[in-house]
Amino acid sequence: MKPLPSHVPSVGPARPIRVPTAAERKLRNGLRVLAIRRPTVPRVEIRLRMPAGLIHDGGQAARAWMLPETILTGTRSRSSVDIAQELQGLGAGLEAAADADDLVVSVGCLSASLERMLDLMAEVVTAPTFPADEVDVARDRVVQELIIGRSQPSVIARETWRAQLFGRHGYGRPMPAPETIARTGPAQIRRFHAERVLPRGSTLVLVGDIRPEQAVEAAAEAFRGWKGRPVTGATPAPTMSAPESILLVDRPGAVQTNIRLAGAALPRGHKDYFALTLANLVFGGYFSSRLVTNIRETKGYTYSPGSAVDHRRGASALVVGADVGTEVTAAALLEIRYELGRMAALEVDPDELDAARRYLAGVTSLSIQTQAGLAGYVDTLISCGLSLDYLRTFQPALQRITTHQILEISRKYLGPGKLLTVLVGDAGAIRAQAEAFGPVEVRNAP
Amino acid sequence: MPRQPRPPATAIAVERATLSNGLRVVLAPDRSSPTVFVGAYYDVGFRSEPQGRAGFAHLFEHLMFQGSATLEKGLHDRLTTGNGGINNGSTRNDFTNYFELMPSNALEVALFLEADRMREIRLTPENLQNQIDVVKEEIRVNVHNQPYGGFPWLYLPMTLFETFPNAHDAYGDFADLDAATIEEVAEFFDRYYAPGNCVLTVAGDFDVTEAMQHVERHFGGIAAREVPPTVDAREPLPGRERRDARRDPHAPQPALAIGYRIPDPIRAFDEYAATVLCCQLLTGGEASRLHQRLLKTDRIASHVDGDVGLVAGTFEVRDPSMLQVQVFYPDGQGPDRILRAIDEEIERIAEGVDAAELDRFRNAYLADYLGGVDSLMQRGMLLAALEQQRGRAELLNELPGILTRIQPEDVAKVAAQWLTSDNRAVLELLPGAAG
Repeated sequence: MKPLPSHVPSVGPARPIRVPTAAERKLRNGLRVLAIRRPTVPRVEIRLRMPAGLIHDGGQAARAWMLPETILTGTRSRSSVDIAQELQGLGAGLEAAADADDLVVSVGCLSASLERMLDLMAEVVTAPTFPADEVDVARDRVVQELIIGRSQPSVIARETWRAQLFGRHGYGRPMPAPETIARTGPAQIRRFHAERVLPRGSTLVLVGDIRPEQAVEAAAEAFRGWKGRPVTGATPAPTMSAPESILLVDRPGAVQTNIRLAGAALPRGHKDYFALTLANLVFGGYFSSRLVTNIRETKGYTYSPGSAVDHRRGASALVVGADVGTEVTAAALLEIRYELGRMAALEVDPDELDAARRYLAGVTSLSIQTQAGLAGYVDTLISCGLSLDYLRTFQPALQRITTHQILEISRKYLGPGKLLTVLVGDAGAIRAQAEAFGPVEVRNAP
Repeated sequence: MPRQPRPPATAIAVERATLSNGLRVVLAPDRSSPTVFVGAYYDVGFRSEPQGRAGFAHLFEHLMFQGSATLEKGLHDRLTTGNGGINNGSTRNDFTNYFELMPSNALEVALFLEADRMREIRLTPENLQNQIDVVKEEIRVNVHNQPYGGFPWLYLPMTLFETFPNAHDAYGDFADLDAATIEEVAEFFDRYYAPGNCVLTVAGDFDVTEAMQHVERHFGGIAAREVPPTVDAREPLPGRERRDARRDPHAPQPALAIGYRIPDPIRAFDEYAATVLCCQLLTGGEASRLHQRLLKTDRIASHVDGDVGLVAGTFEVRDPSMLQVQVFYPDGQGPDRILRAIDEEIERIAEGVDAAELDRFRNAYLADYLGGVDSLMQRGMLLAALEQQRGRAELLNELPGILTRIQPEDVAKVAAQWLTSDNRAVLELLPGAAG
C-alpha cells in the first residue's frame, strides 16, 4: 500500500465519542426502559423490541410475518383510521417490522407529543384486536408484496444463501408462500401475539429532545398494564455448513449474475469479534477495501461489490456479494476467491489495518449523529447484551488487534474454502463459466 | 383570521461568503456531534447534457473520483475512509453534488479534497473505460436486471415532458456512454466545474472563522472561470393527457404511474408548497385519500405512494417539477378503475378541504421534515440546493412556517387547476415479456 502524499492537511485527534448518559429502569413487568437526551430537533425516537420475530413461529412463520402487518390496525376503542389520524396529530410515524429474532416497533414523533404517543403505542402494541376486514386487506397486500419481493434477484440470492448456510434451522427458512399467507387469519395472528408480545425480554429505547427521567416515568406509566412472560427456551444455534458445489439459480434473460459467498462469522461480544470485523473491512467491507478496489475500480465488473456480517441472535454470517455482468461471472468469481485467499494466506499491511480501524471509529460517530441513528445503535447494543459503555471500549479494543491476529482469523473465516457460493443468473450463459470452479447444481428461480 | 399556530422548527445558524473567484460558501455550524458535512454543489445536471450524450453528467460524476490535481486515483477515497468518513456524489436534474461526511477533526482534509478536484481532474483512458464499465453495471443493477427498474423515476418524465432536457434517458444510453471521450470530459469540466458555478456547504461541528480560513486557503487560489448560464428547462403544459406503456420482462405484476405538471417550485413557491400538502392528502400514508380509497374501500390496489419532485427532491428542483402517484395492483384488471378512483378523489379535494384534515397532514409532514434535517447529511444537502437555486439557505428553518401559512382553499385550488387529466402523463407498466 502506497504511503499518503505529504501535502495533505494533517488531522488532529478526533473529538472522542461522548458516551450518552441514560436513565434506565426495569419495570416490574420485566420491560427494560432506557432514555437518552439528544435535543438536536424537537423530536423523539422510540424503539420497542420484543422477542416475537420469525424464528419464534413454526411452519413458514406466516403468523410472525403477518403480525407487524396487522398489529397497528385496530384496538377496542380505535379503528385503523383513528390510529392513523391520531398519529398525524401527534406528528408521529409508527412502523412495525419483524426480523429473524424480534418484532420491532419504531416511532419518531414530535417531542411535545411524547406522553400521548407512549399511551397510544402501549395500546396498539399490547391490545390489538386484529379486525377481520383489516387482516383481509393486509393479506391481499402482503401477498402482492411477496410476489414482487420474490421477483427481485437480490432477494432470490439472499433466500438461497440463507437456506444453504443455515439448512433446516429457522434462520434458513424462506419467506412464506403467498398461499400460506392467504390462509393465515386473525385467530392465528392473535394467538401468536398472545404468546410472544410480552414485556419480559422486551426493551424500550427513547432518544431525543426529552428529559430522560420523565420519559422513563411516562413509559413506565404507559406500559404498566402490560403483563405476561413468553415461554422461554433459548433458540438452538444452527449448524452452519458450506457445501462445496456451487448453487446456480437460473433466471433466464438476466443480464447480470448476483454472486454471493457466505459462511459462518462471529457474534458481537465474542473475543475475536473485532479481529474478524477488521479483517472483513480490509477484505471487502468498505469502499477502499481490496475487493472494491479490484473488481470495481480496477476491473469494472460491478457497481456495488461488498462484504458484510449479518447478525442474528443465534448465529452470525459473513456474506460477500457482487452483481456482475453476465459475461464476466467467472472472472469476477476468480477475483473474489483470490482476494479471500490473499486474506487467508498473507498478513495485511499495517497501514491497511490502521485505515480500517479509523474508518470503523469514524463511521460509528457518524451513525449516531442523528436521534434515529443513536436510537437504533443503542437498541442494537442492548439487544445483543452489550451496554452503552461499548462506545467507550470499542476503540481501544480495535487498537489492540495485530496484523497477525487478522491473518489467524482470516484463515478461519475468510478462506475461500470456508464459504459457500450462490449464483443467480442466466444458467444458459454462465453454467459453463461456473463449472470451471467445481461441481454446479442448477435450480429454477422460485 | 384563520389560526396560525407556531410550528415546530429548527433554528440552525446560516452564514455565507463569496470568494473572489466566485465560489459561494454556506456555513451552518452545529456542535452537538463531533461530525461535519462538506458538500460541493455544481450547477450542472441531467438538464445540461448535450443531445447524443445522454447520461454524460452522471458518468462525469464518477470521473470526479478518478484522480485530481495532486492526487492519483483511489486517494480521494482513501483519505476519506482512512480518516473515518464516507463520501459520495449524485447527479440530479439541476445539480451534481459531491460530499464528505467526516469526524470533525478531518474537516480540513475534506475541504482539501474538494478543492483539489475543483482545481483539476486527472483522467487516463483506462480510468475512463473503467468507469464506463462501472456505470453500465450500475444501470444494469438498478434498471435492466431489476423488476420495476427505473419505474417510474426514469420513465415517467419521458412521458410527461417533451423537450430533451426534461425527457431524455438521464441514466444514459450505452451507445452514448461508450462514445464519451477524454476531450469531451475536459470540455465539460471547463464549462461546468468553475468555482463560480459551485456552492460549497459546510455543516456540523466547526468554528466559523477557522473553517473560512481553511476554505480560503484551499479554494482561494483556484482561478475564476466563466460561469455558464443557468439552464432554463421550462416547457409548455401538455394540454392533453399523455399516455405510454412499457413492458418489464422481470416484473410479476402490473403498475401504474401518473405524473402531473405543477406550479413553478421557485417562482410560485406558495402554490408549490400547497401542491406538496395536496400530495400528502392524496398519498401521505395510511390516512391518505388514495390509500383509503384504493386499498381499503375499493380494494383494487396493493400499494400506493406519491411525491413531489423529480429525481431531485421536492425542494431541490427547478421548474418544471412534477407530482407523481404510483400504484401497484394485482394482474388481471386494467388501470381504468384506478384512474377513475384517483380522478374522483382529486375532484373531492378540489371541491374543498377540511381544515382539521389539512392540519393533521401538515403536522405529520413537518415532523418528518424535522427528522430529515436532524441528519447532517440531509441538512447539508438541502442547504446547498436552497442556496444554489434560490439564494436562500435559510429556507431550511423557514419551511415549516411557510407550510403553516397554506390554507385549505390553496390546496383545493391546486387540485382544481393543476391536477387535471389534460395536465398529466399516465404510464403503465405491463408485466412479463411481450407475448
